[in-house]
Amino acid sequence: MEPLRFIAEDGARADPFPLSPEELTRGYREVVRARVFDERALTLQRQGKLSVYPPYKGQEAAQVGAALALDPGDWLVPSYRETAAALACGLSMSQAILYWRADPAGWRYPDDLRVLPFYIPIATQLLHAVGVASAGRYQGEDWVALTFIGDGGSSEGDFHEALNFAAVFQAPMVMVVQNNGWAISVPTEKQMRNPRIADRAAGYGIPGVVVDGNDLAAVWHVTREAVARARAGEGPTLIEAVTYRVGPHTSSDDPGRYRSADAGAAWLARDPVSRLRAALEGLGVWDDAREEALRAEIAEEFAAAVREADAAPEPEPQQIVEQVFETMTPDARAAWEVLRRG
Amino acid sequence: MTVTTPDRPQVAPESATATTTYREAVREAIRAAMRADDRVFLMGEDVGRYGGCYAVSMGLLEEFGEERIRDTPLSESAFVGAGIGAAMAGMRPIVEIMTVNFSLLALDQILNTAATVLHMSGGLFNVPLVIRMATGGGRQLAAQHSHSLEGWYAHIPGLKVVAPGTVEDAGGMLAPALTDPDPVLIFENALLYNREGPAPDPERPVDLVHAAVRRPGRDVSLITYGGSLHKTLEAAEALEQSGISAEVIDLRVLRPLDTETVLASVAHTHRVVLIDEGWKTGSLAAEVIARIGERAFYDLDVPPARVCSAEVPLPYAKHLEEAALPSVERIVAAARKVVGGG
Repeated sequence: MEPLRFIAEDGARADPFPLSPEELTRGYREVVRARVFDERALTLQRQGKLSVYPPYKGQEAAQVGAALALDPGDWLVPSYRETAAALACGLSMSQAILYWRADPAGWRYPDDLRVLPFYIPIATQLLHAVGVASAGRYQGEDWVALTFIGDGGSSEGDFHEALNFAAVFQAPMVMVVQNNGWAISVPTEKQMRNPRIADRAAGYGIPGVVVDGNDLAAVWHVTREAVARARAGEGPTLIEAVTYRVGPHTSSDDPGRYRSADAGAAWLARDPVSRLRAALEGLGVWDDAREEALRAEIAEEFAAAVREADAAPEPEPQQIVEQVFETMTPDARAAWEVLRRG
Repeated sequence: MTVTTPDRPQVAPESATATTTYREAVREAIRAAMRADDRVFLMGEDVGRYGGCYAVSMGLLEEFGEERIRDTPLSESAFVGAGIGAAMAGMRPIVEIMTVNFSLLALDQILNTAATVLHMSGGLFNVPLVIRMATGGGRQLAAQHSHSLEGWYAHIPGLKVVAPGTVEDAGGMLAPALTDPDPVLIFENALLYNREGPAPDPERPVDLVHAAVRRPGRDVSLITYGGSLHKTLEAAEALEQSGISAEVIDLRVLRPLDTETVLASVAHTHRVVLIDEGWKTGSLAAEVIARIGERAFYDLDVPPARVCSAEVPLPYAKHLEEAALPSVERIVAAARKVVGGG
């Protein structure tokens, strides 16, 4: 299976092309937002203003393309790598900054945002997506759950349990594997014998699709089709988005210890942002003035988000026991009193 | 019922209601919950056609259909994880795990998600999930099927852990567990399923807060829960014959612990024996004794004692298994020693 692609590395569009110019423009805007957030978040982390941060540079199209395929009312069940998807689903930049600043205020999303917390144990979230998806069916809702995993995560037992479980119950969900080439230091070829993760879908009796993860149009298109199938009661889909982790695993990681500096050189030519801009320019709907305006708008959005995050009150120590149980237990209450007194 | 407050220790009043078995009490509680609330469904291995490994759900498939009495693939992590997801998205799932040893395959889901999501979402996402499982030895099912690991689970903040020891609690604890916004684990000692007793009485609902004084006494507090309750009551009977008045405290709720009821008992008996089918080292019994030591050290006339399972994988052969488990004889001997001066 060759990855499905609609935008070539030079920006040339395939014919027929699955997105309207308006959609492509909207997608570009989200991809640039994601890129700007990621680069500046890593800078904030280096300045000591964020906690450990997992960057996603190079994977913006894989995340944004999939997220844009959702309708309002659908759910996103992300892992820690998916800040870009969460932003595209409506998470505000200030909230994301507070989240990665480790501020409890950042963990509490708005009540109506159907985005679950970023999960850290690998692959565990796929099963929550199965449950979220099934819960819609039980309640007569037609929502779909979109969840993400990486190439390394596809080795976890939960990955297989989730595929089988979702298939058996025809859960209305879409699983996107961002095959970014690396599981921290272990390359895909050492992670699996068959590097085509989408092939595994056949083993569970569900559709598997492989797509160029750096092509927003392709990711959006295949996810939209998968979401439509799920919503129509035709069950789950496994999408493998082939991409590349340009940066470190997290801000605590140094890729120089396990891969050569030019390991991802080929991937720079496949950059999802510049490729998308070239496609828009080819359509005649983009130019330097628009680019400048967009960049200025997003720079201001990020700056405002930082100001908002910086204005958030410092969490009080006693908060740590307030959200362990819905109502504090007698032991928690006693601990709360001690912490409050300092 | 049986729930008492620390200042008013009392015996369970003789019930005028009909008797039933522990198994039927659980089944009828599930049935009542499912009739009352469309959000409730049961999911697990062999819960449907087979009626559950301990025949708890026998007949429920016929009444509620296979969507709501859901046989699952053999994937503990999957059905617990899916239960968590469904609970976060509005459902009230009851997940049945065949036996506590198998729950270890879902430990990541229980600890890393069910117990942490409220915290990790800043209080936004509760996990109103009920997990029921069989626990305990005495059935010659050997070392991978018979352990008592409820004390492990009681170690985890964010979980409520209950161990119904009576028929009334077996049926009565399910409804408050389902209305509880936090995840509740219900440990059903498998030796109790055939036990008969007064049926739960809707007029006397039970709570998930208090320990119960099952038998008042003056000379020694025998503190226990779950499958050891009846052995302990039998031991108290035997002690009575030799003039020793034993008070039997049924912890019922292993997290959060009702420390006050324990301390109130120790305050007037001044002697304590913990009976816990778990292993002694790092056990729930150790925790209760530690609390007594912290808060009621000078109430004790003699050092406390423990009757726990032998620190071995639970043996297969009947007489060897019996040698490993707490017995009436061992409880009587421990109580006599404590009353005799330690």
